[in-house]
Amino acid sequence: MTTKTTREITLPTEPFAVNIGPAHPSTHGVFRMLTTLDGEVILNMEPIFGYLHRGIEKLAEERTYGGCVPLTDRLDYLASMSNNLAYVLAVEKLAGIAVPERAEYIRVIMAELQRIASHLIAIGAFLNDCGAFMTPILYMLREREKILDLFDMVCGQRLTYNYMRVGGVSQDIPEEFAPALKKCLKEMPRWINEYEWLLKENEILLARAKGVGILTREMAINISASGPVLRASGVEWDIRRADPYSIYDRFEFDIPTGKAGDCYDRYRVRVEEMRQSLRILEQALKDLPAGEVRSEVPHLIRPPAGEAYSHIEAPRGDLGFYLVSDGSIAPYRFHVRAPTLINLTALNDMMRGWKVADLILIFGSIDICLAEVDR
Amino acid sequence: MATQFLPPDWPGNFWAHWAVFTAIILVFLLLTVMAFIWFERRAMAIMQSRLGPNRAGPFGIFQPAADALKLLIKEDVVPAAGDKVVHWLAPVVAFVPVMMVFAVVPFQGGALLADLNVGVLYIVAISSLTAVGIFMAGWSSNNKYSLLGAMRQVASVVSYEIPVVLSLIGVILLAGSLSLQQIVQAQEIPFILVQPLGFLLFFCGALAEINRAPFDLTEADSEIVAGFLTEYSGMKFGLLFLAEYGEALAISAIVTTLFLGGWRGPLLPDWLWFLLKVGAVFFFIVWIRTTVPRVRIDQLMALAWKFLFPLALINLLVTAVEILVWPDVSLWLLVPVNFAVMIVLVLLWSKLFKLGWGRVNV
Repeated sequence: MTTKTTREITLPTEPFAVNIGPAHPSTHGVFRMLTTLDGEVILNMEPIFGYLHRGIEKLAEERTYGGCVPLTDRLDYLASMSNNLAYVLAVEKLAGIAVPERAEYIRVIMAELQRIASHLIAIGAFLNDCGAFMTPILYMLREREKILDLFDMVCGQRLTYNYMRVGGVSQDIPEEFAPALKKCLKEMPRWINEYEWLLKENEILLARAKGVGILTREMAINISASGPVLRASGVEWDIRRADPYSIYDRFEFDIPTGKAGDCYDRYRVRVEEMRQSLRILEQALKDLPAGEVRSEVPHLIRPPAGEAYSHIEAPRGDLGFYLVSDGSIAPYRFHVRAPTLINLTALNDMMRGWKVADLILIFGSIDICLAEVDR
Repeated sequence: MATQFLPPDWPGNFWAHWAVFTAIILVFLLLTVMAFIWFERRAMAIMQSRLGPNRAGPFGIFQPAADALKLLIKEDVVPAAGDKVVHWLAPVVAFVPVMMVFAVVPFQGGALLADLNVGVLYIVAISSLTAVGIFMAGWSSNNKYSLLGAMRQVASVVSYEIPVVLSLIGVILLAGSLSLQQIVQAQEIPFILVQPLGFLLFFCGALAEINRAPFDLTEADSEIVAGFLTEYSGMKFGLLFLAEYGEALAISAIVTTLFLGGWRGPLLPDWLWFLLKVGAVFFFIVWIRTTVPRVRIDQLMALAWKFLFPLALINLLVTAVEILVWPDVSLWLLVPVNFAVMIVLVLLWSKLFKLGWGRVNV
């Protein structure tokens, strides 16, 4: 979209700069957008981040391999389980540790529950940005609460789980977990249908989100976007399929994609992904084998010198951990490929020419978690 | 209950009448606004599956009073680079018109401050003045968010004001008077049945006028923080807030008077009917707020100029022709005709919008 300038005959105007953030109701954390506006139209947007930098990558170099798991909880705090999983997979690859069958299934169950919980927040916050006064996000928080209850049951935590361990998970699922999950699985399609019924064909949402903030297929690939943002642009790319990890090759599921790559498609892809996650959950729960949940791993792991990179399909995209070992008990280098940081790079191109109200919407549709962007 | 009319200078003296009704309007406005703020928060909480205010008094009923007290003792911050005089004046300019609207609203037969024979015109003129106060607030704050909010207000006020006025003319034609009291008397059946399209258009425009969702662009909290309110604190914020809810109350009262038969109703006393109807309209506004997302400024203008405006003109034409052709027909006969007209027109225009007529290139 280009701005038509018919300013010749009117009063002289000049663009002005507005600092949106770091403290703004819709920046999902402390993100700053230095925008140049012509009236309401965005001429340029410069993202500035780093306000939440905690040096996690450096901190990890001082900790043992097992002791880094709580740090990964604090990366993308809306999807801690996925972060845990991505990290322990990298360590297992580095040290060549096998994982018991039951632990693999539990990990998949947790990761998919986490995906649903995270997408609920993403959609709710997106609609909040769209101006729906708190109702969608509160409905979705209500449902997320039930997933958090499940997490609470297995690890006693509701936000930073610290559940995955190198070589398995910290503890077996309790007896009451499976019935509770079954009940949840039975109810969940009804919640999703309720949101669909309220939102899918909402005239104002269509007017606001359709065709807005288009990320073309080519650009999405060029910036190496991932996750729902990439799939909404029509690229069928999911790490669970493209580079299967854990036991994802055993499950049947589809990869939902969008066509236009606009805000509405990103919202649609997330809804469909929740449905696919339910399918995986059902299969995983059905096949859940008995047995150990943790293999024999020494307390202080000393992987052989070398490097390993492992990535998973986190709710927000392709989350990767790159570890370098020098043979000691702590990683020599610990790097996180944060999907949201990379998805953010197209922000300026998506926003230029749209209005202030769309800026918030496009930003919300990318679904970032600042703790992961800044690390 | 048979309507008893109070004499126009009740209780018998012009000045006494003036003093009594000014006091009634002030007390009514302040108390009802507080009650409605509580009502809105509780109703919204129920719709959003949470509890809402429940600490101050039974069911949290004293929460607005506690909030007002807090605002009174808060520090009043004026931006250093702002226009201090205008910043101070803006809440007053925004609030006074809201009170003035109630001068012509009949609470029951004859119970009103002034039965102006140009009542509707007066309301339309006065209620737009609040926009001036809002623009003053946005301009004097010397804040870019405030300015954006204020500019949105001015841009939208020129768009929705015309359809709002046009949609009211149908009611005036039917009643044959501009006086609100006589409009209520003319409503053997509530005009919402005779003027369904007019009601719809007026309600859409009114939502934009009182900055309520889905047209709450001037203070779009997820976009421009709080719009024109951003730099206000203390009781000046309180006054602007009061003006906003007062406006919502005023619009509810106007809708009640013009479309819902005002104070008229069976069994219950007249003033209670009036209050109930106002409450019902306000509840509807709250309901809309919790349900729909916000539109964009250009979409609001497209809606006003391409949807509300032509439909208001057609509605006016249809009403005028009906009155010309069937001058003595019973109002009941007009009900099905007008409902059919409304359904056809709204569907037709929705179709046009779907085909891309309402889309605006940015």
